[in-house]
Amino acid sequence: MRREKRTACLPYRVPLTKACRGYWLPTHGNGDQWTDMEEKTVDILKYTAVELAEKIKAKEVTVKEAVEAVFARIEAKEESLHCYVTLDKEGAFQRAEEVQKKIDAGELTGRLAGVPVAIKDNMCTEGMLTTCSSKILGNFLPTFSAEAVRNLEKAGAVILGKTNMDEFAMGSTTETSAYGVTRNPWNTEHVPGGSSGGSAAAVAGEECYFALGSDTGGSIRQPAGYCGVVGMKPTYGTVSRYGLIAYGSSLDQIGPLCKDVTDCAAILEAISTHDPKDSTSISREDTDFTKALVEDVRGMRIGIPRDYFGEGLDSEVREAVLAAAETLKEKGAVVEEFDLSLVEYAIPTYYTIAAAEASSNLERFDGIKYGYRTESFEGLHNMYKKTRSEGFGPEVKRRIMLGSFVLSSGYYDAYYLKALKVKALIKKAFDDAFAKYNVILGPVAPTTAPRLGESLSDPMKMYLGDIYTISINLAGLPGICLPCGKDSRGLPIGLQLIGDCFQEKKLIQTAYTYECARGKFGVPDAENRGKAVQKTEESEGR
Amino acid sequence: MANIISDETIEYVGILAKLELSGEEKEQAKKDMGSMLDYIDKLSELDTDGVEPMSHVFPVENVFREDIVTNGDEREAVLKNAPGEKDGMFAVPRTFD
Repeated sequence: MRREKRTACLPYRVPLTKACRGYWLPTHGNGDQWTDMEEKTVDILKYTAVELAEKIKAKEVTVKEAVEAVFARIEAKEESLHCYVTLDKEGAFQRAEEVQKKIDAGELTGRLAGVPVAIKDNMCTEGMLTTCSSKILGNFLPTFSAEAVRNLEKAGAVILGKTNMDEFAMGSTTETSAYGVTRNPWNTEHVPGGSSGGSAAAVAGEECYFALGSDTGGSIRQPAGYCGVVGMKPTYGTVSRYGLIAYGSSLDQIGPLCKDVTDCAAILEAISTHDPKDSTSISREDTDFTKALVEDVRGMRIGIPRDYFGEGLDSEVREAVLAAAETLKEKGAVVEEFDLSLVEYAIPTYYTIAAAEASSNLERFDGIKYGYRTESFEGLHNMYKKTRSEGFGPEVKRRIMLGSFVLSSGYYDAYYLKALKVKALIKKAFDDAFAKYNVILGPVAPTTAPRLGESLSDPMKMYLGDIYTISINLAGLPGICLPCGKDSRGLPIGLQLIGDCFQEKKLIQTAYTYECARGKFGVPDAENRGKAVQKTEESEGR
Repeated sequence: MANIISDETIEYVGILAKLELSGEEKEQAKKDMGSMLDYIDKLSELDTDGVEPMSHVFPVENVFREDIVTNGDEREAVLKNAPGEKDGMFAVPRTFD
């Protein structure tokens, strides 16, 4: 059984035409010969996750049709975007049938029942390749699924495959993947962001209805911003990390990447459960996040940190973010500027702690239990060293080296312990801010998506791009990113809202109210999707 | 303060990290680590005397459970991932002579 599944889960390196033939549906062409089926395919893709589940429940769309539509889209777009490392077409269709039966029998009634989902490749999926976009895990078939994945399965979601990422989630562009770069659906010369770049690009490129990502220093929010989708990192401990391959354990959180705030609330509600298998999992009773989808910010106190609008911030990003703040003000929020302080210390603190934890977490990849083992070696220690040196990419090695150094005797106090003390100060600065405000508003990144190849040449510069996202991981806070405009090149601009611990509902309510005022954000290549979709968009006044 | 990483330090860190770096990689690692540490040195500007190091943001306590096996026998599936397997066990290179 497992062996059969193994062949079914084709790594994306297998030419897609071979992997997907049989379900291929043309979605592009000259637009003159649209058939009913093609029109329906385009229409189905347009729905959000929650809308799709409603259509399925109302028997207007079947789960199989939804999965067919997504694979047709994948067939058309994947060659240029490369969002996935692994696709499980056979498994998805099999699962679609099972889910449809349960929906028809009234056993599955949730907001995500029958909805196709993509999973970041650092979350274990039983019997399906899980590579962390690394050579060292190139053939790893987990024997269990991550708790967040299981929760989605319980909700009736249909897993399509595993999305590309920066190797072991270390990077901000998805360019450190051992399996090739993912491209930004808004402009394929640009990166999708990272490390959950494959998940963000798959949502923006409509190669899935929603995706799971993980966020250690901004890895959900920043790619969501670059790709014009909604992404949320919940409060630390809200979503179980069981089955998430660890990078920085005290910082990692799983969260949704999706089309709108309603989807975001529904997905978060489905994956937030207390899990005894993760000792940092928190038992929360307020996980009915969809209740917070209320269009009202009257009296909501929103603080804008002046420190987030200083040197290095692109002027178009600044304008769009401040315009969003103005919109919320018009809706009744109380918006004020304030000084958050310590912002410039977040990056050195983060890279010390994250590298230290990474060097410890990645010790398990030793060529014994799973994954890659070097061909030739002399003795055990030489095997360890050669396996790891050949199996890890440069960015991963850089962080393991730094982490080993800051944890080594003689340097531990000066670097690692110092960083943990500064982390306490940063948390205190946020505590002070949240004594005055319900929500902190700012940009998600200093610029829109950089061009491919621009970031990796200077790692320090890439690290600096994380300035607005990483401190909230250090402080364990929730943060949401949603699109608030486009720059002059047509690339999306991300608005970030940060809340106090356990205040996801305030974020969802604020984000939802802003989204209602903003209107539909749209999709990257609407003009190339044929007459059917253009007509709909015109009539909706997008 | 510019951090100069010596050859000995890189050797030592390589042993801790269980990484074998080529000559070129070592030079690059010296440069990268030096510039990262220069940047991290910024933290010394802050007075942290009397500040408790914060490893976890919430006051969580250790989670205990009874030592009872709850999962089934997954030996075969687990070993399928092993690069080396023999008689239902992980096969490792000779460790003692």
